[in-house]
Amino acid sequence: MNQFFQQLVNGLSIGSIYALMAVGYSLVYSIMNFSNFAHGSVIMLGAYFGFFCLSLLGLPFALAFFVAACGTALVAVILERLAYKPLRDRNAPFLYFIITAMGASIFIDNGVIATIGPTPKTFPQQLLPDFLKSGTIQLGSLNIGKVDVAMFVVAAVCLAALVLFIDFTKMGKAIQATAYNMKASALMGINTSFVIILVFAIGGALAGVAGVLYGMKYQVFPQMSGITMKSFIAAVFGGLGSLPGALLGSLLLALIETFVSGYLSTQFRDLFSFGILIAMLVIRPSGIMGKSAEDKA
Amino acid sequence: MEYIAGIAILIGINLIAVLGLSILTGFTGLFSFGHAGFMAIGAYIAAIFTARLHLPFVLAIAAGAAAAGFISWLLGLITLNLKGDYFCIATMGFGEAVRVILNNIPYVGGARGWESLPKLTNAWWVIGLDIVCVIVTWNLINSRHGRNLVAVREEELAAQMSGINVFRQKMIALVISAVFAGIAGALMANYMQYIRPTMFNMVKSTDLTIMVIFGGLGSISGSILGTAILVSLPEVFRNFAQWRLVIYGLAVIVIMVSRPQGLVGGMELTPSGIRKVMSARKAKAALAAETKALEKRGEI
Repeated sequence: MNQFFQQLVNGLSIGSIYALMAVGYSLVYSIMNFSNFAHGSVIMLGAYFGFFCLSLLGLPFALAFFVAACGTALVAVILERLAYKPLRDRNAPFLYFIITAMGASIFIDNGVIATIGPTPKTFPQQLLPDFLKSGTIQLGSLNIGKVDVAMFVVAAVCLAALVLFIDFTKMGKAIQATAYNMKASALMGINTSFVIILVFAIGGALAGVAGVLYGMKYQVFPQMSGITMKSFIAAVFGGLGSLPGALLGSLLLALIETFVSGYLSTQFRDLFSFGILIAMLVIRPSGIMGKSAEDKA
Repeated sequence: MEYIAGIAILIGINLIAVLGLSILTGFTGLFSFGHAGFMAIGAYIAAIFTARLHLPFVLAIAAGAAAAGFISWLLGLITLNLKGDYFCIATMGFGEAVRVILNNIPYVGGARGWESLPKLTNAWWVIGLDIVCVIVTWNLINSRHGRNLVAVREEELAAQMSGINVFRQKMIALVISAVFAGIAGALMANYMQYIRPTMFNMVKSTDLTIMVIFGGLGSISGSILGTAILVSLPEVFRNFAQWRLVIYGLAVIVIMVSRPQGLVGGMELTPSGIRKVMSARKAKAALAAETKALEKRGEI
């Protein structure tokens, strides 16, 4: 029973990070209908931004977080302007977007390896605030990592803010409308070009936060962008293009993963993730909460 | 000299996989991000045949190709009904799943890889199989099946209405492309003499797709040209070490943004193919001149 709760806590904390990442995939997919595979590289950049803000510039922790989020938002928007907009302007098929995203991912990952180097970097413990230093909180018979709690809390706050923004502001409504039907929204006077920039900025900012959190729990290294593929699976699992789907999919996937590695074996974990992905696509391509299968499958 | 021969053999090996993908992507319009998975199956099966069972190389290649083809048939059964990017994502999941499974089989070296395989692939094998694959692809594309594939690519619904069994045509394209990838994997394993699951990751799959698109969709000669350029490009830039992949990524973006049809998309670099394009251009120019003349006379 104890182990069960321990795994549950681990699953929730990893799931919250997946959710932060998956939301970026899902938001972009809901508007532009393509899987932005460069998102993982943006997350990786976020981790590096946070790391350098703390260790080189010596910024206070909260400010480092903020700078990292702004930095990745900027990178995501620049990527959209330079790489995706020309394709959008000529109505290129989705595949060109995916290939371009892959190219951007190769470019950013190897750019980081070439300039900063492939060695993993660890967040300096002494620079982290007390509540984030490695260590555990004793709760009954459970040992909960402080970082895990922080991950869950930060992710929950960010995602709650996002949901409020999407549901209760005019801009959020514009995003919803554009996701529903871009042409009609443009006819109704919504600046869809701005909505797309906004979506990339939001996804990028959340990617930055997720990257810093992930880097704090583990390490910061260029191959991080490949690991974020898990969050993409989570987004597909929950239903690409659906925000609640991305959240639910992330939590479920993370829970399944932690329980599989806890009770079966860590080696089976990745196999389970990809197995779930294929099974989901076969049974219900639109995911748990995606738009109806008629549209997409 | 040996260095250049090495690059040429690498081009030849990759060409087989790219030709297969060209049938699937360039002519049938299905996109796969999991073809490295089929290469991996071909490579590992062939390696088992040559290094563990000590069977002749030709049997190893055949077994690798057959295994890749069989798995692709199973995969096709469950995923070919998916549309657009969902098929893409499914193949991606498949490719990664193959890699993860291989990571966990100690019999073939697991994640550390498998070293000291026999070196059986030589220039003759590669050249011979390249020629065979080009001829097979060429004949397939110019047969009834090939035209059916193009029909499926152009408009699936219309193709179905004209009595083409879309699912079956897609399956043919998928299985042939997987067999080609399996052959390429078998050659690769016995040329490099070591294989590791990470060699067949998603980046490799993407590389293959990028070669097809770079050369031009729907063109066999384009695929050949694209493979030759993109395989040798990182070698040319080898002195820049890490920067070569940065340049590569940038090149991909620039091509996608500025020349989406690839180098020679939709045409063939044969005398008749070039003549066709030339005459089409001439006809277009003549039409433009005629319209201009009519405009001058005020008839339009």
